[in-house]
Amino acid sequence: MINKLVIANLMHRPIRSLLGIVAIGVVVCMMLTLVGLSRGMLQGAAERAGGVGADVVLRPPGTSLLSLSSAPLNQRMTEFLVTQEGVRLAVGQVVFPIGGIDTITGIPYKEFSELSGGFTFRSGGPMQSPDDILVDEYYARQRKIKIGDTLTLINHEWKVSGIIASGKLARLVVSMDRLQELTGNEGKISQVFLRTEPGTDIQALIARLKEKLPGYPIYSMEEVVSFFSVENVPGLDAFINVIIGISALVGFLVVFLSMYTAVLERTREIGILKSLGASPTLILRIILRESVLLSLCGAAAGIALSFATRWIIQTLVPASLTQVLVPDWWAIGAVVALVGALLGTLYPAWRAASQDPIEALSYE
Amino acid sequence: MSSEPIIEVSDLRKIYRAGDVDVYALRGVDLTVQRGDFLTVIGPSGSGKSTLFHILGGLMKPTSGIVKIAGQDIMRLSDAQRTNLRKVTVGFVFQKYNLLPILSAEENITIARTIAGLPQRPPAEFKRVLEVLGISHRMHHKPRALSGGEQQRVAIARALVNQPEILLADEPTGNLDTENSAIVLKLLRQLNEEFRQTVLMITHNPEAASFGHRTVTMRDGRISESLD
Repeated sequence: MINKLVIANLMHRPIRSLLGIVAIGVVVCMMLTLVGLSRGMLQGAAERAGGVGADVVLRPPGTSLLSLSSAPLNQRMTEFLVTQEGVRLAVGQVVFPIGGIDTITGIPYKEFSELSGGFTFRSGGPMQSPDDILVDEYYARQRKIKIGDTLTLINHEWKVSGIIASGKLARLVVSMDRLQELTGNEGKISQVFLRTEPGTDIQALIARLKEKLPGYPIYSMEEVVSFFSVENVPGLDAFINVIIGISALVGFLVVFLSMYTAVLERTREIGILKSLGASPTLILRIILRESVLLSLCGAAAGIALSFATRWIIQTLVPASLTQVLVPDWWAIGAVVALVGALLGTLYPAWRAASQDPIEALSYE
Repeated sequence: MSSEPIIEVSDLRKIYRAGDVDVYALRGVDLTVQRGDFLTVIGPSGSGKSTLFHILGGLMKPTSGIVKIAGQDIMRLSDAQRTNLRKVTVGFVFQKYNLLPILSAEENITIARTIAGLPQRPPAEFKRVLEVLGISHRMHHKPRALSGGEQQRVAIARALVNQPEILLADEPTGNLDTENSAIVLKLLRQLNEEFRQTVLMITHNPEAASFGHRTVTMRDGRISESLD
């Protein structure tokens, strides 16, 4: 009967209950979307790096896997590397930022195809001239790009020759020579991918290279892929924690306001329950159960909304943002909503429980 | 009527603090109600009858005096014990019915059993009470779908569902028209006679008061007259 009363209370004021659920849902969704985006973007980057088909990557001194500093490496580094024991291929690339988190990548097409097994074309084909550009399917969908279209990037007009499957190297791929020329990086590259001879001990090769090239960060591709995680991005963990804190605070405020007004509106009803012998503990339990129900419905709504945000992102900006579903965070989202809601309910519930029944019954 | 007292009040006083002023609501009330009695308390506004009602129902603590309800001294009861008194020893009927608008008539009645920690299904004999009250066919309706008279009859059923020793009614016909007032008063009388239900009813209406076995008149916080 008490549960029935709790549900009846929420159903009796459907708009306010719905608004409370939606507000908590938005908070939970915000959290799940943020974590999903963090993971999705990193997973996408890891997938593209893994799709290159290299075994080892060499980067400029003073950089990390998650930072790029244009093209500080001498291009002749590839000539040195390919002569090393166990190295079959050494392919350089230039990565240049073009605003926001977007970059354009220059490659020596033939060598890169040999390294990676080539691109999979959704439409069009390989670059035919130095001013051709390959765009991946998500970038093409987001910008509504077709074969033969002209793209203006870094003050240069590029002709789209092919739309490639996502998950290999980059979203925008051009000729390395032309990119070096346009960005003033002639003879310089951003990093080098190595393919080893079959049977080569990768760690031994890395150790040898580090000995010869002290100060150069050199990683196996396994390390590169595993490095793309939330824990390895400086500040991202803290940022997520701040968002969780804000979410809990917003959840607290939403439920506080909702339950505070609910308790005020129901002053007389609480007086009736007290006249029937309801103890303060029972009143407290009723209000807290309402809050728990509200926050659990809100958490469910938030999880459902995170599917919706993922669909919207995939449809509208698939190249710029990638959101993955994070089922392992559903329980965390629900707990944050629940804790926020319970904290927000404590004062209104205490107020209800400690109401004088005579005053409550005379409340109009 | 039994000669066993169910309510014993002696030198009952209640002083409120209203701002900087003391308000003497009860100034030494002496009252005895026998088990099975139907007592009406009549008096003008401000005479102290509502304060007496609240104290007898365990809703308010007196300032001094002796109040025994079914043998329990109200002055010695803790808040939790007074809460327990409201669960099973006394049942309330208010002027404004005080039904929960979100529950059906049946749920409004059974929630009193839930709160008292009793099985939700009322005892078999309660069916007869519902028959007397004439609301058996309206049990699934929400209060807003019931007339004032029906709502008050549901409120009476709720007050009786835990088989309390005393039914306290505060102006139970105050919101009803003449016809429904007569119905409710006759029902209270019938419940008193058929089930030997002790009833203490507060009213300012002399006609309503005449339905009781005995009437006491309150004035200025004291009982000024007692008529059998």
